Amino acid sequence: MKSVAVIGASLAGLHAARALRAQGYDGRLTLVGAEPHRPYDRPPLSKEFLTAPGAADGAEDPSAATRLDLTDAEEVAALDADWLLGTGATALDPRHRTLHLTTGRTLTTDGVVLATGAAPRRLPGPAPAGSHALRTLDDARALRADLTRGGQARVVVIGGGFIGAEVAASCAALGHHVTVVEAAPLPLVPQLGHAMAALCARLHGDHGVALLTGTGVRSLRSAGADDRVTAVELADGRLLPADVVVTGIGVRPATAWLEGSGLPLDDGVRCDAGCVTPIPTIVAAGDVAHVAGARAEHWTSATEQAATAVHNLLAGRTARTHGALPYFWSDQYGVRIQFAGHRAPGDVPRIVEGSPDDRSFLARYERDGRTTAVLALNRARPFLRLRRELARAAEPARTG
Amino acid sequence: MIPVCHLADLPAGESVRLDTAPPIAVFNADGELYAIDDTCTHQDASLADGWLEGRLVECPLHAASFDLRTGAATCLPARHPVRTHPVTVADGVVYVHLTAEEGTAA
Repeated sequence: MKSVAVIGASLAGLHAARALRAQGYDGRLTLVGAEPHRPYDRPPLSKEFLTAPGAADGAEDPSAATRLDLTDAEEVAALDADWLLGTGATALDPRHRTLHLTTGRTLTTDGVVLATGAAPRRLPGPAPAGSHALRTLDDARALRADLTRGGQARVVVIGGGFIGAEVAASCAALGHHVTVVEAAPLPLVPQLGHAMAALCARLHGDHGVALLTGTGVRSLRSAGADDRVTAVELADGRLLPADVVVTGIGVRPATAWLEGSGLPLDDGVRCDAGCVTPIPTIVAAGDVAHVAGARAEHWTSATEQAATAVHNLLAGRTARTHGALPYFWSDQYGVRIQFAGHRAPGDVPRIVEGSPDDRSFLARYERDGRTTAVLALNRARPFLRLRRELARAAEPARTG
Repeated sequence: MIPVCHLADLPAGESVRLDTAPPIAVFNADGELYAIDDTCTHQDASLADGWLEGRLVECPLHAASFDLRTGAATCLPARHPVRTHPVTVADGVVYVHLTAEEGTAA
């Protein structure tokens, strides 16, 4: 293999590039990234990046974006790659592995790594000024600007998932008046199950943030010459006055550009357990990859899948499978929530350490006397032990 | 010189976090004592909560790893070292000697 294109220059794309070089690939390497920025870490965008004190005039501290950098000049030089940033891919001809780019250029390579990530779901209808989604650095900059105009703003966060909760916590820390609207009766039930989700939901109230559940959003109201958002109209008719609205209602894998490529697309690019598409010279990693029947949106999965995908790309077949234990974390309201494992509906959580009242505990999810997953609030150390235990226990099952 | 704890309270495999500014993590790695800056250079996580394996500590958040002897980052996602601090024991008490802020590789 003499040339590889990595489409997507964020966490998964960067880790694919690193893995290629680390696994001895010395051919031509091209990274194509739709954003103008070099790879940066997204998790802080909903947290420190929003709450960090700015420069004296309230503007963003110039070092704030630098702190997010996943690479530095030394590594960029060592990767010896062509970086096509600010460049999207518009189509892929898989038979010839020819990529069509937004610049009009085409690129034909021996191997392709698909790592285009995902894009936030948006509410139907127009998005007035003051309404935000949060995925990219530019999204975070726009939101930060609206949150640091001075004075207390009324912020409505639509969606009580992890991003929504983290943004709500950041807004509360900035002194804003915050309401979270969640369509389900309780947020995070699919991820944590009812009992543990209920404990996490209490964090909002602890910090003066109102949580409205069981209601969707009908529309955003806006007014004025600059068409700024003024209120959120709920499905039940209630009107929540709002100066800033943040929508965190999930993401869609960025596969629109692959329509017509013939690659199987269904909630991401369908891959086998080795992150390989039906065409062995095309692999996928990260949020865009639907690996062996599941799509993860976790930081750790993106990095692990990239290594697996690249290994198999270079091997020309599925020589290794991605079976790492799912793991994610969320920082909100000064509480670090960590989860690892395969929780299935009906698994029973048991608190084995600490207390929900202290917002610090460790819980095992159990099924037939076996631990399937582990959840911790502010219990990083014992969580890590259990997480490693679970990973070890899962090991034999995935090498088969 | 900052007193940490009694040596008996820091058995092998254990760690303790000092609420200094910046915080410091002190480890007993199979009888050898080490002190490093507690905060992972990748993202905000306490290395005192990490996984100790030989002379390496793995960050509890993203599995970045640091060499306790040198502070060097030995595994991504961390790319920058943490500061190390000398540790001594006198009369059964563990002390950390703060390394000056200068020369910090942030």
